[in-house]
Amino acid sequence: MSYIRSKFEHPQAQQNTLGFTRRDYEGSISTLCAGCGHDSISAAIVQACFELAIEPHRVAKLSGIGCSSKTPTYFLGQSHGFNSVHGRMPSVATGANLANRDLMYIGVSGDGDTASIGMGQFAHVVRRSLNMVYIVENNGCYGLTKGQDSATADVGSKSKAGKENMYQPIDLVSQALQLGASFVARSFSGDKEQLVPLLKAAISHHGFAFIDVISPCVTFNNHPGSTKNYEFVRDHLNATGTVDFIPMREEIITRYEKGSTQDVTLHDGSVISLRKAAEDYNATDRGQSLQKVREADTRGEILTGLLFVDTDAQDVHSVINTSERPLNSMSEKELCPGSEALERINESLR
Amino acid sequence: MKPTDISDPEFFHQVVDCQYACPAHTPVPHYIRLIAQEKYTEAYMVNWESNVFPGVLGRTCDRPCEPACRRGRVEEEPVAICRLKRVAADNKEDYKHLLPKIPKKKNGKRIALIGAGPASLTVARDLMPLGYEIDLYDEQPAGGGMMRSQIPSFRLPIEVLDEEVNTITDMGVLTHYNTYVASLKEILDKDYDAVFVGTGAPRGKDLDLPGRKEADANIQIGIEFLASVAFEHADSIGERVLVIGGGNTAMDCCRTARRLGGKDVRIVVRSPFEDMKASPWEKDDAMAEDVPFYNNHVPKEYVVENGKLKGMKFEKVEAHYDADGKRSLVPTGEDLVFFECDDVLMAVGQENTFPWIERDLDIEFDKWDMPSVDKVTFQSTNPKVFFGGDAAFGPENVITAVAHGHQAAISIDLFCKGESLTERPAPFTNLVSQKMGIHEWSYDSEVAEDVRYAVPHAAKEEALQDRMIEVELGFDKDLGYKEAERCLNCDVQTVFTEARCIECDACMDICPTECITFTPNGDEEELRPRLIQPANNLEQPLYISDELKTGRIMVKDEDVCLHCGLCAERCPTSAWDMQKFYYSVTKAG
Repeated sequence: MSYIRSKFEHPQAQQNTLGFTRRDYEGSISTLCAGCGHDSISAAIVQACFELAIEPHRVAKLSGIGCSSKTPTYFLGQSHGFNSVHGRMPSVATGANLANRDLMYIGVSGDGDTASIGMGQFAHVVRRSLNMVYIVENNGCYGLTKGQDSATADVGSKSKAGKENMYQPIDLVSQALQLGASFVARSFSGDKEQLVPLLKAAISHHGFAFIDVISPCVTFNNHPGSTKNYEFVRDHLNATGTVDFIPMREEIITRYEKGSTQDVTLHDGSVISLRKAAEDYNATDRGQSLQKVREADTRGEILTGLLFVDTDAQDVHSVINTSERPLNSMSEKELCPGSEALERINESLR
Repeated sequence: MKPTDISDPEFFHQVVDCQYACPAHTPVPHYIRLIAQEKYTEAYMVNWESNVFPGVLGRTCDRPCEPACRRGRVEEEPVAICRLKRVAADNKEDYKHLLPKIPKKKNGKRIALIGAGPASLTVARDLMPLGYEIDLYDEQPAGGGMMRSQIPSFRLPIEVLDEEVNTITDMGVLTHYNTYVASLKEILDKDYDAVFVGTGAPRGKDLDLPGRKEADANIQIGIEFLASVAFEHADSIGERVLVIGGGNTAMDCCRTARRLGGKDVRIVVRSPFEDMKASPWEKDDAMAEDVPFYNNHVPKEYVVENGKLKGMKFEKVEAHYDADGKRSLVPTGEDLVFFECDDVLMAVGQENTFPWIERDLDIEFDKWDMPSVDKVTFQSTNPKVFFGGDAAFGPENVITAVAHGHQAAISIDLFCKGESLTERPAPFTNLVSQKMGIHEWSYDSEVAEDVRYAVPHAAKEEALQDRMIEVELGFDKDLGYKEAERCLNCDVQTVFTEARCIECDACMDICPTECITFTPNGDEEELRPRLIQPANNLEQPLYISDELKTGRIMVKDEDVCLHCGLCAERCPTSAWDMQKFYYSVTKAG
C-alpha cells in the first residue's frame, strides 16, 4: 500500500540553472482520482516552473474550492499558498498582489469556482488586469459533489447518469477576451507539448493571463456522450498553432517559413513564437480572436493554443499608480503617515 | 522501435538484474520477500533448488548479483543479497521433508562423477531424484572440493559445509573418498553410462625466479597451503610472511597466516590496488586484520643466505593505460625493494591440469591443453564424457560451477535417454497480477530509504586466536528484515496494456524516477536521448508499447524503475498492472 512517493529520484536527473531538479518543484502526493486531468496540469506547472528556473519562494499559489482548487497542494511545495473561500480566489489574489507586487501569482480555479459561484469575482479580476496567471481546470462537471453538470457543460452533453444538459455553456475564453484580459489561451490537460509552453508564456506575461484548460474528470465525466472526455476532446481539438516559448536569455535558433510564424516579444524580452496552423490567424487582434473562437465553436471544434496576447497592457499597479516598492516592505510609519498627512489630502480635495 | 515482446521471458528476466546476473539465475527478490516474511525455511529451499549450497554461498559467493542490483544505481549500495541468503540458511528449520524423494527403484543408468566439488555435487543433486546410480570419486577424505580445501574455516564453518554436502550424498550417492582417479580410461572401462569431470583447477601457479630452488623449503603454493591447513597437515607458519598475489586466494592466505603465527604478514602484488582481482569486501577484511598491501611491486628474486630464505626483492612499477584501457606496468627505475621474510605464499593464479586423462579417449584437447567442451551442453568430444565447473573452461567460482552442474545434469539425462542434447528445456515462467485494491498490492511496494546495513564481525583479537572462529557473524533476524526491505522487488513487473490506455499522463507524472515517456516513435538511438530523463544506460532495455490512439508510443526506461507500483495505482483504466514474474531454470528430468 503506498500513498507515499519515494524520495529517490533519477540519479542523473536534469537540473535547471538554479540547480533544482523537476522533483524540487513537486508538492504532496495527489489525493485526486487516478487519471484526473488536474494532476496533469499540476505536472505541467511543475515542468514550466522547472524550465523557467523559477525560485519557489517567489511564487504564491491561490485557489478557491473544488477539486481544481485542491491542486496547489500538489505542486510547488516550497512556495506560498492560500486556499480561500469558494469563488473568492480573485479577491484574495488582489489583496496579496497589492501588498506584494514582487511575487508571482498563480491562481488555480475550476469551472464551478469561476463560472458559477465566482463569476462576479472573475469578471472583476480580469477587468482590473491583475498581474497573475489564472488557470481554470475545466471539466464541465462538479466532480467533488458527484458530477452534476457545471456552467461550462455543453448543450446536449450527457451526464454519467445519461441525462442531457439543457443550458447554454459559459465560454470562459470568450468572457476573458471580452472583459479585456491581455493574455488568453486554451489548452488540454492531455497535451503537455502545448500546455507547458503556454504556461511559460503566461507566467512571463506582465498583466492578467488566463488559461482555460480542458481537464477530463475520469470519474464523472469521461463517458461516451460527454463533450469533455479524453477521446472527444482529442478528436475535436483545433489548435491555432504550435507555441514555442523562448526565454529572454536564449537565442532563437529555429526559424520557420516566413508568414507561418508570429513572434510576440514579451515585457521581459522573452519571445512567444506561434507557428500558425492557419495563415490568417493574428494573435494580437482581440476582435479576430473572439471571432475565431466563435467560428470554431459553431463548427463543433475546440480552438486551443495561444488565442490572444497584448504586450502593452497595463496591470493594476500602473493603473492606480502604486509605489514601486511593495507595500509589505514598508514600515507602519510609511503606510500610516498620520493625521497631518490625512489633513493635507483632505485639504487638497476641498 | 518495435513493440517489446513481453511474451519472451528473457525481457522481464533481464529486468530482474540480480537474477539475470546470477549464473544459476536464483530468483533473488522472491527469496528476499520470504525472508522479510520470516519464512526462512522456504527462502532456504528456493535457494537450495537453484544454487544447492545456500549456507556456503551466503558466506562465500562472488556475488555477481550485487554489482548488478538496481539499488546500486538508484542510491549508493546494492542490497546485501549474499548475506541475506545466509539469514535464510542460519534461521531455517527442519527441511528434510521438503527434499526431493529418491526413488528406490533405480532407472538402471550409472554415472561416475570425478571430483566432489560444487559442480559434481550439483549433478548428483539433480540426477539422484531421477533414479540414477551415482559413484562420486575424490582424493580428499570428504566432499566439497575447493569449498573445503581452499575456503578457510573462519569464512566457512565446517559444519555448514558438511550439512550441505551431506544433504546430497545422503540421497544415496556412492562416495569413493580418499580415492585419486589416476586414469579416466579405468573409469570408462567400468561401463558407466556417462562420466562427469568436475576436478576444478587444481594446480596453483609458481614463480620461477632466481633462488627459487634454494629457498624451496620456505615457499608454498597458496592453495596447497590452504588445503594442508584445512586438512590439518599444517598448523604453523613463520612470523614474517610475504603473500604474493592480489586475488581472493591471496586474501585467504594472508588471513590464514595471521591465525597460524604470522605477525608481519604482507600482501605484495604487481597491480595497483584498484585493479586487484580480490573482491572489495575480502580486501577490506584482510586490511582489517592488519595486513598491509604493497601494490605496484613486481617480484624479482628470492634472496637466500646460507641455504635459507631471507626475503624477496621487488621492482617498483607504475601502471600506464593506453587508449583502449590496456594496462602496462612500467618500471619506475628506482632500486629494487627488499622485504625480509620467513615464508612466502604464492597466490598468483590457478590452472587446469589433466595428467590423469589419457589422450587416446577421443577427448580433444586444445593448444592450452584444455578439453574441447560445448558451452551449452558441457559435453566433450567423447559423447560419454562431460565437464563442468573450473575443469570445463578454467577457474571461475562456486556459483558458476553450480550453474554448469545443472546444465550438465540436463545433458547427461538427455544423453542417457537417447534424446538430442541441443533441445534444452525452456525455463519455467509465470506472470501474476499483484493487485488487491486501489492502493493495495500483495507485495510491499513502499520503497525503504535505509542505506545498506553492515554485517557485524567478531572482535579481531578473538578471531585471530583461532582459525575455526567465524569472523562474519551474519545479520540477525532483525537486521536481516531491515536489509530485506531495501530490495526493490524488481521481479514485480510493470506490465502495460495499450488497448486500455487513455493517455492521461498520470503514470508519467507520478513516476518518482521519471522513467515513463509518451512520445512519437523513433529509432532506439534517436529515442533514448529525448525521453523525459535520457536513457543513457545502454545496458538496460527500453519497454516499448504499440502505437496508441494519438499515434504516440509509451516508452519506459527500465534502468532505475523502483517497482513502487505508483504508475499502476495512478492509472484510471488499469493499463498498467504490477505482475509478479517468476523465472526458474528448468532442471534435469
